[in-house]
Amino acid sequence: MNALRKHRTLALAAVAFLPVLAIAESAAADQAPASQAQGNRTLMSSAPTSIPAPTLRKPATPQASPDAEGFIPRWLLLEPIPAPLLTQNAVQEEVHKDYFPDQFTVIPRDGDQVTVGNKELTWHAVDTKLYNVNLFHFAREHGMSAENVLFWAVAIVNCPKETPNVRLAIGSNSASVWWVNGEELIGIYGDRQTIVDDGVSKRITLKRGPNVIRAAVINGGGATDFCARFLDEGGKPLKGYTVTLSAGGR
Amino acid sequence: MEMKPLDERLMRLALVVIAFAMALPASALDGQVGIHDPSTIMVSNGKFYVYGTGGTPLVSDDGWTWRAGTRPPRAGLAPDVIHIGDRYYMYVASNPGGQPHAAINMIWSKSLDPGSPGYKWEEGGLVVSTNGIEDANGIDPGVFLDPTTGRLWLTYGSYFGYIRIVELDPKTGMRLMKKATDPKTGKITTSSPGFTNIAINCEASDMIYHDGWYYLLATHGSCCRGADSGYNIRMGRSRKPTGPFLDNMGLDMIQGGGKQLIGSGGRLIGAGHFGLLDLGDGIMKFSLHWEADLDRGGASVLDIRPLLWKDGWPVAGENLKEGTYEIESARSNNALELAVEGVPVGGRRSGRGRGATPGRGPGGRGIFGGTGGGPIPPQDVAEVSRNWPAGNITTRLSNYLCQAQQKWAIAPAPNAGGYPGSPYFKITVAGTDRALAATADAELVVLPAFTGAPEQLWRIEQVAEGTYRIMPKAVPGSKGPLVLSAVGSGFATLAKWDPAGDKQHWLLKTP
Repeated sequence: MNALRKHRTLALAAVAFLPVLAIAESAAADQAPASQAQGNRTLMSSAPTSIPAPTLRKPATPQASPDAEGFIPRWLLLEPIPAPLLTQNAVQEEVHKDYFPDQFTVIPRDGDQVTVGNKELTWHAVDTKLYNVNLFHFAREHGMSAENVLFWAVAIVNCPKETPNVRLAIGSNSASVWWVNGEELIGIYGDRQTIVDDGVSKRITLKRGPNVIRAAVINGGGATDFCARFLDEGGKPLKGYTVTLSAGGR
Repeated sequence: MEMKPLDERLMRLALVVIAFAMALPASALDGQVGIHDPSTIMVSNGKFYVYGTGGTPLVSDDGWTWRAGTRPPRAGLAPDVIHIGDRYYMYVASNPGGQPHAAINMIWSKSLDPGSPGYKWEEGGLVVSTNGIEDANGIDPGVFLDPTTGRLWLTYGSYFGYIRIVELDPKTGMRLMKKATDPKTGKITTSSPGFTNIAINCEASDMIYHDGWYYLLATHGSCCRGADSGYNIRMGRSRKPTGPFLDNMGLDMIQGGGKQLIGSGGRLIGAGHFGLLDLGDGIMKFSLHWEADLDRGGASVLDIRPLLWKDGWPVAGENLKEGTYEIESARSNNALELAVEGVPVGGRRSGRGRGATPGRGPGGRGIFGGTGGGPIPPQDVAEVSRNWPAGNITTRLSNYLCQAQQKWAIAPAPNAGGYPGSPYFKITVAGTDRALAATADAELVVLPAFTGAPEQLWRIEQVAEGTYRIMPKAVPGSKGPLVLSAVGSGFATLAKWDPAGDKQHWLLKTP
C-alpha cells in the first residue's frame, strides 16, 4: 500500500509538480540520513554539485572502533564508476570486470588514483557519523552523480586474536557484493533499501591481525548507502577490534 | 449420558485385532497402528511403546512407523503407563461384574523392551475399585506426576457417574497410605485418603501441568461406533490437581464443562484418550486414537499431533501435509529461495517503472495496467531454471514474488522413517529434483538431485499456531541437532534450537 501511494505521488509529480518537488526533496535529503530520505528517493536529484557530506568526515585518529552496535565506521571509498544494472547476473558481471589493477587485492591509500576507462578516480578515506555510509553524500561531495554507478569500498579490520564462527552482516542500497580476505561471501541484488543485516554471510574465521573487507555497491536511482558489521556466534555484534586505513595499522 | 457396555468395547477390540492383519495405508501414522484407548506413549531403550484395550501393544523405533509389540501379562481396559525412577507403572482396568463394577490394578516393570534384562512385569495390586452402586465406574486410569511437588495422582472414571482423582505413592505406584492415631485408644491405623470428584459425563481422563495450571483432559461423546462415534477431547484447568476444573467459559467440568482440544476432522472420526508426549526442548505432542480412520476401512487407529499453547490453553496442532509451499521466515517474513537471479512472473517489464506514465487502471496499459489481459500463468520452472547453475547452489531469504526458485515441494521421503507424528520429508525446488540439504559447516545448500542422504531429510514440526520448526535429520560432523534459523533478514543457516523469538519459526504458506 505504501509502495502504491509512493508511486501515486510520483505519478502526480510527473504530471505537474516534478520540478518543484525535485528541488524540495533534494534539499530535504541533504538534511536527513539516507534511511530517512529514501521515502521519496526517486525524486531526489543527483546533480553533480559539490556539497560537503554532512554525514562523513576525514579520519582524524589512527584507529577507529566499531560503534555501539558494531557497525564499521571507517572506509576507503572510490569515486563512482558508471554501472547501470541491478539484477543478480548483471551485478555479478559488473563487479567482476577489470576496472583497475589489483582491484580485488589492493589496499588503497587516501588520495590514490586509478584510471577507469578514460577517467581518473580517487580513493577517499572517510569516517561515517552514522551507522551507515551515505554514498549519495560521498558522490555529491565530489561533484559526481550517485545514480547508475558502482562504488568500491575497502575496510581493514584488525582482530586481537583469531575469531571463528563470525558472520559479516550488511545492508545496502542497492545491490552489493562483499568479500572478506578475498573470499566472496555475500551478494544482494535488485532495487533495495539499506536494512541492517539484510545480507549475512556463512560462518567465517577472522584471522588475528588485519582482515580486508571489500565491497562493491551498485546503485540505480536516488539515495545510496550501506552498513556493515560482524556478528558473533550468538548473533550479537562483534566488537573488540580496530579499523584502520592500512594493513599496517596506520 | 452415553453408556458403553463392556461387550461393545470387546466387539470394538475384536475389530481392532482384525485390523492388525490389514496392510494399512499411510495417513495418520505408518505401519500397524490399530489400537483403541491408547495409553500415554512411553520411551524405553530408545523405542516408543503404547498399550491399548485388550493389552494391544504397539512399538516403534521412531514414533512414525509402528508394529505389533509384546502383550503385558495383565490385559484389560484402557491402560495408562508412567515412568518413575527405574520403574514403569502400568494401570489396567477391568469390569469384573459388568460396569460400573470395576477395578484398576497396577503392574510394573523396569523396562518395556522385551529384549532388555529389566523386562519383567510384577503385580502391584489393586489400586482403586468401584462397587457397581456408587456413582463412578473405576476404569480408564490416567496417571499424573506433578512436576512441581513430586506428588502422584490417578484420575479414573467413565460415564457411570464422576471422574475421580486419588493420590498415589510415587515410591510404590500404589495408593498413598496415611497413618492416624485414635485419640481415645491410641491405636494407630493406616488408611488411604479418599477420592475427589472432579468431572462428570466423560471418560478417558488424564492430567497435565503447564505454567501454573493443571489441565484435566477427558473424552466426551460416544465411542465404539466406528464412523458414528462422537468422541472428542475436552479440557478444563485448575490451580490444584483436585480442581475445580473450569473451561474457557468458566463452566466447571463437574457440571459437564469442557473446552474442546480436538474432535473429528477431515476423514478422521472420533478423537479420544489424550496422552502427553513431551519430547523436551519445548516440543510437545499428544497421542490419541481415532475411532474411525476412513482411509483405513474405518479402523480405530493411533495418531500423534503437535500440542501447542495459546492464551494459556493447549491447542491441537497439525502434522504437515505434502504440498508445495513458500517457506517464510517469521523473523523477517522473507522467503527461503535458491540464490539465483529471479525472473518476474510474466516476464520483465520493458522500460523503467519509475517515472513512466501511470496506468489507466485495470486492463489498461502503463505502469499500473499489467499485461492488459487475464491471469498470468505460473512461472514455468523448466524454462527459468535453464539459467540456473548446474551444481550446488546456496540459499537466501528474499521478498516473496511468486517466482519458481521460491516454491518448495515438501513430500515424505520414501523409506526414510520419521519421528513422532510424521515422516521425514524431502524439500525440493518445486518442479525440479534440486534438494535442500545441510552442509558440514552447518549451512544450507541446494543439491542438483535428491539422493536420500540423512542431511537431505527434514523433520518438520509445528511449534506454534502457524509456524514450524524445520531440522535436518543429520548435519555432517555435527554433535547435536541443528534447526533452520534465520540470521539477519536475508540469510538462513543451521543453529541450535532456541524456541524463544521468531528466527527459528517458519511459516509454510501456499504459494
